[in-house]
Amino acid sequence: MSTVVAPDVVNVPDAPVVRHPKKHLTRFILPVFTIGMIVYLAFPVFVMILYSFNLLPSAGESIRQSADFTCCTIAHWQAILAVPELNEALVRSIAVALPAALVATGLGTFLGLVLGRYAFRGRGATNFIIFLAIAVPEIVLGSSLLAMFVQVNAQRPAGITLPLGYLTIVLSHIAFSIAFVAITVRARVQGLDLSLENAAQDLFATPRVAFFKVTFPVILPGVVAGFLLAFVLSLDDFVITNFVNGSANTFPTWVYGAVRIGIPPQVNVWGTVLFLVGVTTAGLQVLRARRTVNT
Amino acid sequence: MGQTAAGAPGLIPEGMDLPPARKGERALARRRRTAAYGMLAPGGVYLFLGFVVPLIIIVYTSLTSGGLFTSGGQLTFTWEWSNYQKALSEYGPFYVRSIQYAAIATVLCIGLAYPMAYWIAFYGGRWKSTLFMMILVPFFVSFVIRTVQWNFILGTNGLLLGPLKSAGLVPEDFHVLRTPMAVIAGITYNYMPFAALPLYVALERIDRRLVEAAKDLYASKATAFRKVVLPLSVPGIFAAVILTFVPATGDYVNASVLGGTGTTMIGQIIQDFFLVKHQYSIAAALSVILMAGMLVIALIYARALGTEDSTLAAGAAT
Repeated sequence: MSTVVAPDVVNVPDAPVVRHPKKHLTRFILPVFTIGMIVYLAFPVFVMILYSFNLLPSAGESIRQSADFTCCTIAHWQAILAVPELNEALVRSIAVALPAALVATGLGTFLGLVLGRYAFRGRGATNFIIFLAIAVPEIVLGSSLLAMFVQVNAQRPAGITLPLGYLTIVLSHIAFSIAFVAITVRARVQGLDLSLENAAQDLFATPRVAFFKVTFPVILPGVVAGFLLAFVLSLDDFVITNFVNGSANTFPTWVYGAVRIGIPPQVNVWGTVLFLVGVTTAGLQVLRARRTVNT
Repeated sequence: MGQTAAGAPGLIPEGMDLPPARKGERALARRRRTAAYGMLAPGGVYLFLGFVVPLIIIVYTSLTSGGLFTSGGQLTFTWEWSNYQKALSEYGPFYVRSIQYAAIATVLCIGLAYPMAYWIAFYGGRWKSTLFMMILVPFFVSFVIRTVQWNFILGTNGLLLGPLKSAGLVPEDFHVLRTPMAVIAGITYNYMPFAALPLYVALERIDRRLVEAAKDLYASKATAFRKVVLPLSVPGIFAAVILTFVPATGDYVNASVLGGTGTTMIGQIIQDFFLVKHQYSIAAALSVILMAGMLVIALIYARALGTEDSTLAAGAAT
């Protein structure tokens, strides 16, 4: 691989080996740029963590974050639970993300499996719907789901009503997560050697045994990745939730609502906590999947 | 690829018959097809109810008149094309502005992400995946919270402008927040991974031997890049454009957190009509217009690359 970096003129017998002095300088441009970009991308996260230690002039329950940074206090970390509405929103976020990710993983895994390995009528249509699910802007999906819930509540088909709130958030999150799980699993299945399963069956394994002993272990990392993806997408979703939540807030919608009056520093604290949990989980995933760099 | 194991020499000695299980191949194929539909059904039905039906209903709603909270609380289907007329004539400029902001942000995203993705993919060596992880790590923090932090950073005396002003590098009355610049900067920041991921995936896939071959044929480093690397990364660029531009056009968080009265984007209008004004018919029409525009772009793209490739890139991008 290092041959790419080194000039290859050495292969030609009489070519003079020219080494421009400026080459040594230019080779630092891209790495420096990349590091600069990494810093730029991480900057708001630094700010978020830093401001969780911001010493704010006023104290008490209605304390709000300000742009001036004064070092330092751990009071907000100690008072991490001091904003009841925020706690409620956080609990709701988890209570939405967990079932939504589980159901989406179940449904999406089967979809991904089928799309990745079977040729069947309707495959193109299914792929197209999944493409649609990802290509349609979130705001369109959110408003469409709201329009549907509003119509259901107005027309009451078979007596069904779906009042906006927890249930409609979960239903919507399942809908947009399925596609992402399906793609993740499909990518994994497509790399799978079908003859492995045939070999297992040749060795007198029933299709079911062959699936669980051969296919499933191979696609399991894809399923786990799909679940984590669905969980994170649900936890972080703002746009769709904001349309279908009625008056039930999740963490992102509550923070958005609080921006106008100023966010309490506990938002920084919780943001930091969730960030650390996310980074740890991702780090573990990366370590486990070290061998398979590409998916 | 699928035949490698079965066809590999040495696995099945010559002259040995295949086990009798293979005879039932056709029955097996039929069983598999039934199994395929059985496994497809639950997810397929959910996707249908969760995507296709809502999209049909929003088109239906866009052609109704009346309102749930006015005129007797009923939306009546009346082929109300005037909703579209009204949406376009009154809110046309907001579409134009959204497209402008999104286009500038997309160009910035790709311009910034490409060199970075290129360097990591080609020269990252064993640190490749670690470096790439470091790009994605910030995005574990919620979208809304990250945007709010930019509010502090870009604020009049915030972390960025405060020091610059006290150093006399920018005039005292200079401000970024509430200007188009702030909104575009926010969008560029937030959608950067959507550009970086497909670019990285595409660049990472390029066979290094092609670049070496070009150099063996006396191509300079720059020529090898222009004639080999760049053309081969075009699918990645396409994916980056679609994945950045489409969501950026519909974005309203950046405009509402970082923008001011002069930077209203179409997403804010749609949100306002749905959630504040509760005028569902016109809101639906506004949404359908946005969807139609974005779908045309997405379809052109899908046509060029195939839906599977495009969703693959999208999958990678998340």
